[in-house]
Amino acid sequence: MAMSAKSSELTRARVRSAWLFLSPMLVVLALVAGWPLVRTIYFSFTDATLSNLSDYDFIGFANFIEYYEGEWYGVIVDPDWWRAVYNTIWFTVVSVGLELILGMIVALTLNAAFPGRGMLRAAILIPWAIPTIVSAQMWGWMLHDQFGVLNAILMGIGIISQPVAWTASPDTALWAVVMVDVWKTTPFMALLILAALQMLPSDCYEAARVDGINPIKVFFKVTLPLIRPALMVAIIFRALDALRIFDLIYVLTSNSRDTASMSVYARQQLVDFQQVGYGSAASTLLFLIIALLIIVTLMVGRVRLGEDPR
Amino acid sequence: MRTPWYAKAGFWLLIVAIVIFAIFPFYYAIVSSLRSGQALFSSSVWPDSVSIANYVSVFTGQPFGRNILNSVVVAVSVVAISLFLGVTAAYALGRVTFRGRGLLLLTILSVSMFPQVAVLSGMFELVRAFGIYNSLWSLILSNMILTLPFTVWVLTTFMRELPKELEEAAFVDGASPWVVVSRIFLPLMWPAMVTTGLLAFIVAWNEFLFALTFTLSTEQRTVPVAIALLTGATQFELPWGNIMAASVTVTVPVVVLVLIFQRRIVSGLTAGAVKG
Amino acid sequence: MNFRTLIGASALALTTALAAGGAQAQGVSVSISCGALGQELDICREGAEAWAEQTGNSVTVVSTPNSSTERLALYQQLLAAGAADIDVFQIDVIWPGILGEHFIDLAEHMDGQQDEHFPAIVENNTIDGRLVAMPWFTDAGLLYYRSDLLEKHGFEAPTTWQEMTDTARAVMEAERAEGNDQLWGYVFQGRAYEGLTCNALEWIDAHNGGSVVNPEGEVTVNNPQAIEALALAGTWIGDISPEGVLNYAEEEARGVFQSGNAVFMRNWPYVWALANAPDSPISGNVGVVALPKGGEEGKNTGTLGGWQLAVSRYSANPEVAADLVRYLTSYEEQKRRAIVGAYNPTIAGLYEDPEVLEAVPFFGDLYDTFVNAVARPSRPTGESYNRVSAEFWEASHNVLTGAATAEQALADLESSLNRMSRRGW
Repeated sequence: MAMSAKSSELTRARVRSAWLFLSPMLVVLALVAGWPLVRTIYFSFTDATLSNLSDYDFIGFANFIEYYEGEWYGVIVDPDWWRAVYNTIWFTVVSVGLELILGMIVALTLNAAFPGRGMLRAAILIPWAIPTIVSAQMWGWMLHDQFGVLNAILMGIGIISQPVAWTASPDTALWAVVMVDVWKTTPFMALLILAALQMLPSDCYEAARVDGINPIKVFFKVTLPLIRPALMVAIIFRALDALRIFDLIYVLTSNSRDTASMSVYARQQLVDFQQVGYGSAASTLLFLIIALLIIVTLMVGRVRLGEDPR
Repeated sequence: MRTPWYAKAGFWLLIVAIVIFAIFPFYYAIVSSLRSGQALFSSSVWPDSVSIANYVSVFTGQPFGRNILNSVVVAVSVVAISLFLGVTAAYALGRVTFRGRGLLLLTILSVSMFPQVAVLSGMFELVRAFGIYNSLWSLILSNMILTLPFTVWVLTTFMRELPKELEEAAFVDGASPWVVVSRIFLPLMWPAMVTTGLLAFIVAWNEFLFALTFTLSTEQRTVPVAIALLTGATQFELPWGNIMAASVTVTVPVVVLVLIFQRRIVSGLTAGAVKG
Repeated sequence: MNFRTLIGASALALTTALAAGGAQAQGVSVSISCGALGQELDICREGAEAWAEQTGNSVTVVSTPNSSTERLALYQQLLAAGAADIDVFQIDVIWPGILGEHFIDLAEHMDGQQDEHFPAIVENNTIDGRLVAMPWFTDAGLLYYRSDLLEKHGFEAPTTWQEMTDTARAVMEAERAEGNDQLWGYVFQGRAYEGLTCNALEWIDAHNGGSVVNPEGEVTVNNPQAIEALALAGTWIGDISPEGVLNYAEEEARGVFQSGNAVFMRNWPYVWALANAPDSPISGNVGVVALPKGGEEGKNTGTLGGWQLAVSRYSANPEVAADLVRYLTSYEEQKRRAIVGAYNPTIAGLYEDPEVLEAVPFFGDLYDTFVNAVARPSRPTGESYNRVSAEFWEASHNVLTGAATAEQALADLESSLNRMSRRGW
């Protein structure tokens, strides 16, 4: 075709301009993230400690796994680490799942036109707007077994007869964390889904409505497939946050190893125990685990990164 | 179309449930902030005493107004920079086909896969190397690592969803890519931009670890750090009333922000009309 | 806004900051980190400014987080980077071993003033022969009780842990029978954190079970007395202590006690003033004694707490900073702090000073507790202390939750501590 020479020239020009458009973001990101990330991976192969960061030796993979005088050492053979991995994954699946369902309900509600919608939108954002360090403490206070308001309400209604020590026993502590996390981050999910709903072309709805198709059917057949890309992004970023959860668990639970998350473990090694090398190894492993889980999610969610515009 | 009464009632019940779930703790924070001393150990749901002493002491005990201003400066700058970088990058990643795009997106995402505490030490060295320790620039810079991957990904996703015919027509008319982005895509991207911006704003507004480590003087501190530094007379005593008063105070600007920007969130309804 | 303006502006900000720093010609400027905000910081500032006026120097007071974990993390960042932003650091009694390398030896700057302070704390602050920090104020665990309830049911303040357990149960059951069904016998700090290490160390030391790791660095925790102590504590949960105590830190415990819902409480001296404040429901009905002994042969003990002042070796003016430390830890300043803020002095003479005793009467009675407080094993374990403490509170928490028996938990603790120490603490 006569057009093809011109159009490939146009394509090349577009690709050039694409890199031009990309470069500011890439430069900033490399500048900000490059050194901290490389440094973490680098230190994971050393025995650096926080008390003297300039004096360290390369020890290969010894932080990950090492055989020393008849015993195994390292993150990979530490049962506490694997319990933290389990806790984190359990927490992520449960909390992100609940947030997805609730966020969808909230978003669909907000998408309907009704009086007072603006106020409602502001209201549901409140939990997300309160600084986490405060809301975690606030919930800790509300969940207190003796003078917490939650027990007072539940006992007032008659659901429980004895005060429940929500955050004390490992069985209920992680559920308490899930509840607070759901409370806090459902707005994030809802807002992203709402944005996706708002950008949908309204003509498909009109067609469906005119045809009198059941709204639930419309939702699953029309809406859901259309907002799937946005939904996947919301899920991925919520999962990324959940997999790195720290403050909520740190403030709310009794902080024993039964409830530690991967980030709590890494932080303890890095900061409290000053073992920069070992803590970096845990962080690197955490990164690898998250990367693996995210890639699996992307594949299961059939997110094609190189997808062309519709 | 007529909606049956029970569906209407169910709808409003749902709204009431959502509101209670969302704002009860905030309501309780307000009630607590009006209490003092022993009343803090009370588990009553109703305000039993009303005293604004906590609010007064929050603003007189430290430059809390200044702290709020700092937070606003940091969060607004972070949002502005992230959105600008995010939108340009999203155009390239969402609208142009080139090799290595998927890998690039994954690399950007991988920045969000390290725990913040692991990034902290490296970031601290970076901040000192740039000579921006104890200034708001350090926070604007470091918050980028939290907001950029998210902004780029969300905007790319939405950018990709826009119909193809839009830009083709413009390119045929000889418009430059910059014109296409700013004149054609930007107006359609408002719901996504406002939403992403709002979420990025709150991330920067609530960020604690960087803000604590990279600022030292009270005048440079942001709100979450200022709240964490509130204490009672001794190390162990938690000044609960003050903390609640401070939290209520700093949540209000965010609510106001949402109320201001919400017309933008819904204006995307017109997006569908363009295609048709 | 692009990146170049960002860098440019920050360079500008830096030059301005440098210019400002050079402007202060007469005297030198020293910055001190003490306390977070509020009264603690104010009292510190008054002292520091008095010194500044005397010497013609100027002083900046920097506030740091209230939580000591956060504070340690911040200090470590600053010190690891060799930052000169803070000259004088307020450090916890367990940090000299962890941070010692970054501090100067204060011995030659103190004019022998260190000999007036409690020897145990001075020894605690001496790392490899260097006095890295000066004692500023001390703290020790105490037993608070409801004097009205004990009197009503005919009990005395207990002298052994077993007696405390029995009294708590008896009072609790009697009161509950009268309808006071919110009442518990004993609350303490049972959350898995440093506070539980303090509590558990007190139980063990009261039974003469040592302090987990002895001064020579050997793990001594697995002994019959320690097992007996922990086993007794394990029986409290659900009996005289609510299950929630497993997640209590200081303020949660105070909340329960001060609301009138506990007979006994273990806490630090700060509670005294609050529990006797006019709006406290138990005001005037609170007693405080040394923590009980572990049986007849046991001893009264309390875990040593409190804060020290240290001078960073990265400071631009270490001598001036050391002089500030000398001033703040002196007899007169500690006396002022004791009277104004009830901070426990680290100088023995102040516990007999009439003005101090008038302001804080219980100082005199509890002098023995403060001077004989048991130190956590932070000196022998040095940089590894936090790991040792984490293992120890984890083991204690397991006994309290019932996940392990005392024998099991301490045997496991011994082997993991030994494993840790094989490469040196």
